[in-house]
Amino acid sequence: MTSAAPVAPPAAWDSPIVAARRLASRVGTLCWVEVRKIRHDRTELYTRAIQPVLWLLIFGETFTHLHTIPMPKGTSYLAYIAPGILAQSALFIAIFYGIQIIWERDAGVLTKLMVTPTPRSALISGKAFAAGVRSLVQGVVIVIFAAILGVALTTNPLKLLAAAVILVLGSAFFSCLSMSIAGLALARDRLMGIGQAITMPLFFSSSALYPTYLMPGWLQAISKVNPLTYQVEALRGLLIGWPTTLWLDTVVLVGATVVSITCASLLLPRLANR
Amino acid sequence: MTAGATEKAAGEITTHAVRCADLTYRFGAHTAVDHVDLNIAPGEMFGLLGPNGAGKTTTIRMLTTLLKPATGTVSVFGIDAAAHPMQVRRPIGYVPQMLSADANLTGLENVELFARLFDVPRKTRKDRVAAALTAMGLSEAATRLAGTFSGGMIRRLELAQALVNAPRLLVLDEPTVGLDPIARGDVWDYIERLRAEHQMTVLMTTHYMDEADAYCHRVSLMHRGGIRATGRPADLRAGLGDGATLDDVFRHYTGDTLDNAPEEGGIRDVRRARRTARRLG
Repeated sequence: MTSAAPVAPPAAWDSPIVAARRLASRVGTLCWVEVRKIRHDRTELYTRAIQPVLWLLIFGETFTHLHTIPMPKGTSYLAYIAPGILAQSALFIAIFYGIQIIWERDAGVLTKLMVTPTPRSALISGKAFAAGVRSLVQGVVIVIFAAILGVALTTNPLKLLAAAVILVLGSAFFSCLSMSIAGLALARDRLMGIGQAITMPLFFSSSALYPTYLMPGWLQAISKVNPLTYQVEALRGLLIGWPTTLWLDTVVLVGATVVSITCASLLLPRLANR
Repeated sequence: MTAGATEKAAGEITTHAVRCADLTYRFGAHTAVDHVDLNIAPGEMFGLLGPNGAGKTTTIRMLTTLLKPATGTVSVFGIDAAAHPMQVRRPIGYVPQMLSADANLTGLENVELFARLFDVPRKTRKDRVAAALTAMGLSEAATRLAGTFSGGMIRRLELAQALVNAPRLLVLDEPTVGLDPIARGDVWDYIERLRAEHQMTVLMTTHYMDEADAYCHRVSLMHRGGIRATGRPADLRAGLGDGATLDDVFRHYTGDTLDNAPEEGGIRDVRRARRTARRLG
């Protein structure tokens, strides 16, 4: 019996240009899937809007009138927390993305996706940015509601575009964190528990609700390594002109996203072959 | 009769669509696939038969690059699956055991997703998606959400997904599990027609011996991770004498029946487990 000799792969396959085009194509495809799903079922869009709206309407309005958190002249507490609630909303969407990938594994969909010519990292990146798309749609609702409540948000299209990029980057990071945990937890119930256990600490240890200088020292230290802080600060700087170091916020978010995509990609086979 | 002798009786294969050499995979201390040698010719409809736990799905998972072999090699059209997984995936159409369409997308979107992931050019994508849906008889239902499809329709949708990139190798893991007899017949008719029209190689696993007997050119009988016999169903049956069935052949080579040893994954156990799984959704 004659065996076929292994054939060398086409040289063009591994070129950086081809790899980059393939990555962009896969990210685009998985974002397209997310948009189609949102169009088919908008229920989640409406139900997920309730919580941030309540945060702005009840917590924001109440603490604005209480003046318990000192704000610079001309900035209301409602305006201060609006970008924080925007980031929180994206966090809550993204942090449970690991459940979706476990569901896809259980339904056999993940296996099929992994037998397509899609590198693991492109599959994870696609899902990460798809989470960003969903957060972006949600973000539009929150920004509109904040404007209705009288928050003076920027109308500069470039700043709005940059805020959208920051929102997507943050969502990509937290969804990859969730997918990495999914690769370790392997079961929906376990991930649900872990997700609930880390979401509120992430939120409260960031600058979403109060400036970091008001925190005790130990919480300030946690806040400095919490990517949500950098996302909130960047959004605050872009949307309400709050002083921030935008380049540092962006570098931290990009770095965290790259690391989390790498971790989730490495853990994906463990999840899929379970 | 040995596997090698059967293959020689069936004719020497010179070009392989699939070639497994000394293929082994272990889950911890358990050897799921044990030194498997397998060769499938282009255009062949090949069946991998055996009970649950025999190693069929693990073999398929190595072939489709989902698992890396512990030892041995698996190549698809001459390309090593472990060394070049991306190139191996490109000519493969894969339908997993579980009914697995995305319920939140329409039939058309489900197929378009795979056309995009297989880089079907934008110019021809629409036509290819439509042709795949038409071939599976799903044109009218294409704009409905897949969540509203019956089991048979979802299986046909999965076939449309697997076929949209015009694969040279179609890998089907238990394609008719969970389908009623009419839907099972329909699915086989579709597969056989497509194989004949496009000269595809088809590798499928099944535990339905009657289906393997009716549709496969050659089969391999797997048991406890190893291949016990390979050959044309008629030749394997003839080797045991008149009136023998593939079940008899299986018993002859393994000393066991497919209905036995539920703790080792007997066929009744498989069916019971899958019925339970279906009830649980």
